[in-house]
Amino acid sequence: MPRLNDQTRYWMLVLPALAIMVIFYILPVLGIWEISFTEPATGFGNYVKMTESNAVKTSFILTFRVAAITTVGCLLLGYIVAYAISNFVSRLTPLMMALVLLPFWVSVLIRSFSWIILLGRSGLVNDTLRDIGLISSPLRLMHNELGVLIAMIHVMLPFAVLPMLANMRGISRSYTDAARGLGASEWTAFRSVYFPQTLPGVFSGALLVFVLSLGFFVTPALLGGGRVLMISEYITYQIQEFLAWGLGSALSVALLVATALVLLIAARFVNLKSALLERN
Amino acid sequence: MSNPILSIRNSVKRYGPVHALDHVDLDVAEGEFLTLLGPSGSGKTTLLTAIAGFTDLSEGSVSLRGRDITNEPPEHRDFGMVFQGYALFPTMTVRQNVGFPLKIRKRPASEIRARVDECLELVQMGAYADRMPSQLSGGQQQRIALARALSFKPQVLLLDEPLSALDKKLRADLQWELKALHDQLGVTFIYVTHDQDEALSMSDRIVILKDGKIQQSGIPDTLYNKPRTRFVADFLGKSNFLSVKVKSREGDHLECVAGEAAFPVDATGHAGTVGNSAEIALRPERIRLTEPGKEFLTGTVKQVSYLGERCQVLLTHSVLGQILVSCPTWKSGINPNPGLQLGFGWDADACVILEAE
Repeated sequence: MPRLNDQTRYWMLVLPALAIMVIFYILPVLGIWEISFTEPATGFGNYVKMTESNAVKTSFILTFRVAAITTVGCLLLGYIVAYAISNFVSRLTPLMMALVLLPFWVSVLIRSFSWIILLGRSGLVNDTLRDIGLISSPLRLMHNELGVLIAMIHVMLPFAVLPMLANMRGISRSYTDAARGLGASEWTAFRSVYFPQTLPGVFSGALLVFVLSLGFFVTPALLGGGRVLMISEYITYQIQEFLAWGLGSALSVALLVATALVLLIAARFVNLKSALLERN
Repeated sequence: MSNPILSIRNSVKRYGPVHALDHVDLDVAEGEFLTLLGPSGSGKTTLLTAIAGFTDLSEGSVSLRGRDITNEPPEHRDFGMVFQGYALFPTMTVRQNVGFPLKIRKRPASEIRARVDECLELVQMGAYADRMPSQLSGGQQQRIALARALSFKPQVLLLDEPLSALDKKLRADLQWELKALHDQLGVTFIYVTHDQDEALSMSDRIVILKDGKIQQSGIPDTLYNKPRTRFVADFLGKSNFLSVKVKSREGDHLECVAGEAAFPVDATGHAGTVGNSAEIALRPERIRLTEPGKEFLTGTVKQVSYLGERCQVLLTHSVLGQILVSCPTWKSGINPNPGLQLGFGWDADACVILEAE
């Protein structure tokens, strides 16, 4: 049997996956692009309608706001978790790692429904607060932006923790020791020596959470109860309820372009290749 | 020692049942180049980090010019420290790294600039001020770490195996530079290493540690030529160890025997009671090789190893067993080949009687 050269072997390994991606992903996406220009009439009609619609504008602003707040929330909480896991020697470290990873094995649907049980009008949180007499009428904790944010931050947290954890584990303890040996207080050592070294992890965590949040569907749909229409839910409405395939497709294209723009802007500040691909 | 700059008293550090430091007392003189030498696990690094403030002692105290600093955090101790991996801050330039201690101390920018330039000149790195640490070689990073530790004129400089990551030739060059820097600045250096050559070539005084205890301390010459225990004789250079019986004594002059072999031993400062057995250390380079019969012992060459400047000969003797001899290649005069019979002997003061451990 003739020996295959490296080039051929590489393509033989890559080809099946590539074929699946092209047939079941790239082509349908291109189909959506096509629909956005052809349904119901050929031309830019859908895009004109989209830019003129106040509802679309509101939905886009809401989507970016939720994604931004989710990102900030995940970074704050995630930084503390990642810092604790990577900087303190403890027998609990493997358990903490497992707790970070555990949510990945539980469906987003189940996690979102759990939040409904917790945050509902007579959910666990409201009942408890009423029983101990802190409130008389239930707080509105869901079917609004607050509920969406709480659940979104929970769902997205591992995506923020993991890149930061990978980054922090690579930072030797000797840097902060050196800073303190040279006269820096613990806080100064953290701020001027440790924190700057964690920025690559923070950026890649932020990017990951933000981009995923922009197109997120399940959690906002369940916790928003139809009142917090993020763009992906808005698209579903157009297609399922109004059968407006053209407008729905145009919105999908707009979301894709918006996400690409975010990455493009981020690329000016961060080395995307190292932030997303190389987990140091 | 009158007015030591640093005194460690009765220091103990326990990790569970293990004593990393076992009741260590140490005084460091102002301006001294002191080396803590020992194998890994001997407690030398624990002692250094206890001085620096990174390790909390289980018992005992550390004082600086008579002031107790046992419970002070590292940032209040004002010691410069050079870490094993240099620990240069990767997000800062060389200039920012060296200026870091001064910035912390809120010195004016102009003063920081001038002092950083001065320190970089001191370690011959003036041209590299605007590089990032990752753009420097190991030896250059080492120099920057040194400049950074010296920039705020610390009272004591602590060095934790600073040369261990460098290759042999560079290490030798930097040993000269470190020593010169110490003599030029007059700062007290406390230097941790497991490398006996580094310890011997630079130190004013060496402290040898084993299992958390000080084995012996003294100037390099004393430690090398008058080791007290087998551990010190073995760790610092190479030694032959001979088990002998004391046959007779005249003043400090002993006559020792091992089987039929008899030889003189200088016993200045040792008891060496007649009839007792003793262990003796003998440096390989103090043994003379001759034609058979011209010295008091005769052995057979077992193996020869050529090292360029020196030649090591492994002899076997019927009673003493294997004896290692090291002679300069340029004047040995004899050509030892395996199987050859050679005479060998030594001066009385070449032998050191060891204390039982």
